[in-house]
Amino acid sequence: MAETLFDKIWDAHVVADLGGGVDLLHVDRHLLHDLGGGKALSETRERGLRVRNPELSFATADHVVSSAPGRTGGVHDWAQVLVESLRLETRRAGVRLFDVGGDAQGIVHVIAPELGITQPGTLVVCGDSHTCTNGALGALGFGIGASEIVHVLATQTIEQRRPKTMRARFEGAQPKGVYAKDMILALIGKVGMAGGVGHAVEYGGGAVRALGIEARMTLCNLSIELGAKIGMVAPDETTYAYLEGRRFAPKGPLWDAALAWWKSLPSDPAAKFDREVEIDVARLAPQITWGTSPEDAIAIDAQIPAAKPEALEYMGLAAGRPIAGTRIDRVFIGSCTNSRLSDLRIAADVARGRKVAPHVRAWVVPGSMAVKHAAEAEGLHEVFRDAGFEWREPGCSLCVGANGELVEPEARCVSTSNRNFVGRQGPRARTHLASPATAAACALAGEIADVRELLA
Amino acid sequence: MEKFTVLQAIAAALPTPNIDTDMIIRVERCVRTPRGEMGRWAFEMARYRSDGSENPDFPLNRESARGARILVAAENFGCGSSREMAVWAIAGMGYRCVIAPSFGDIFYNNCFQNGVLAIRLPQAVVDGLLRAVGSAAAPVRITVDLPSQTLTAANGEVHRFDIDRLRKKALLEGLDAIGVTLTREPDIAAWQARDRVRRPWVWS
Repeated sequence: MAETLFDKIWDAHVVADLGGGVDLLHVDRHLLHDLGGGKALSETRERGLRVRNPELSFATADHVVSSAPGRTGGVHDWAQVLVESLRLETRRAGVRLFDVGGDAQGIVHVIAPELGITQPGTLVVCGDSHTCTNGALGALGFGIGASEIVHVLATQTIEQRRPKTMRARFEGAQPKGVYAKDMILALIGKVGMAGGVGHAVEYGGGAVRALGIEARMTLCNLSIELGAKIGMVAPDETTYAYLEGRRFAPKGPLWDAALAWWKSLPSDPAAKFDREVEIDVARLAPQITWGTSPEDAIAIDAQIPAAKPEALEYMGLAAGRPIAGTRIDRVFIGSCTNSRLSDLRIAADVARGRKVAPHVRAWVVPGSMAVKHAAEAEGLHEVFRDAGFEWREPGCSLCVGANGELVEPEARCVSTSNRNFVGRQGPRARTHLASPATAAACALAGEIADVRELLA
Repeated sequence: MEKFTVLQAIAAALPTPNIDTDMIIRVERCVRTPRGEMGRWAFEMARYRSDGSENPDFPLNRESARGARILVAAENFGCGSSREMAVWAIAGMGYRCVIAPSFGDIFYNNCFQNGVLAIRLPQAVVDGLLRAVGSAAAPVRITVDLPSQTLTAANGEVHRFDIDRLRKKALLEGLDAIGVTLTREPDIAAWQARDRVRRPWVWS
């Protein structure tokens, strides 16, 4: 029978059929971070349980660490406690930690693919809803809660109800100024933030095939903002070229064996999905959100719609006016959505030789130490600094504010992150989601701006 | 985990769709508040005014919602971040049952890990409950019967709900999920032994 990519990976991981559509699944890769990792490990220990497969768990510090140059951990005492707990508990359990100060530290969903920990066909979980990002490599990744983390540590398995499947096809060439972020925001705008609830989404179509792995990660990252906790792209030559030679990727004969198996994973041509949607990429303009949900996405040259009065009030916007020209205070280029080398290159190309508006505070927070070093080797940090951006240290930073880095009340921030929820970037902070190119253009203009006007 | 069988309790209504877990509990509370004190900070941005007093316009602050243990909510409740503290916060306010047309997938799983029964019902049924509960001046009581998988509204209407067999058993018996899975250790060991042969690169 014709099967989807999702079906093949799910079926390969069933340890036991628990009945009623629920399976006990094997977890190949478990990612831990500072927000809950230390606590989950200590709880496991205190309950008298052993970490069943410490070699399949990988930890880093990203959520609460400072992004300030010269940082050594958290800014505040409480953050330092979490980082110290992660250090102590990973050491006790024998779990690898990519620590602050090391050359592999970074946002968990940036480093797992970058180190080759995430591979096609692997089942990846993490106590973070953006674990769907890992699906860009043809893995089955999803976020779990604190209790489930302990379950995975103790049993290396997780109980899950099989979701339905949905395919989102992107066709057509990307117009100038339109990137993966714009593609996925347009999809969420079309189907709504509950449109993918209960589904595993496969992104396909010519426009997805044309994307690099990092851009595919941006696409998969926002699956959860579609309501889907799983998003994935079938592995192909782009995937294999990305993985080959990475630290934890298979080598030698194992690489050849892995490659043969990976090539069997893509959905069969006759495979049926429970739901299909299609987006015509050629017709897209750069997207930006106006409200307090990722589904509130519109074209950069559109007018603010007369909907959701509470969201408009929170955002300090008036319906019927163009979104472009709205004065901004902050710009954040970073997060597990858009902090990889290709994102920074795109933003730097916009910023090169130009200046950030004097009233705007603009940050660039690379996703990992590897991204930071690669960007510095290309001189991107100088491009940003010369333009007036702050060049900072890797972590989640302003996306979630868990480290105390916040946008001020009623300040307006154009952000390359994934959530514009009420209070997400700080109490009463106003967030507009956009691509790195659009965010850079807004920083220069000091207002919401159409990046196409800056692109040759 | 505390057992769940029949809950007859006051219901509260929160009719806003897409309530995300950032809205339910702010991230700084997640890292700095002991689990037992989360309830105080549930929905804080909507629940309190800037001077710290209760916001009388927030539906869960209505007089008729005092002492409520059942929360009737709108579409896609608990979407967004995976933070389980959102469930701890709601449970800390006293709720043991949440009813909505749909839930964020991760939040839904997290409820059952904490003995909170999450019930999906058709939009029209939930809309009816939201209206009945939200418009009443006096407290409205709902009965949730897990063994028979029925919910009885104040007007006597009975609605049947679906629940996974395993989740139902775990709630009824107050089972510990990890303890149950550990009894399957031979299956896990056998799966891993097979996989080491099938996909050796995953284990290298």
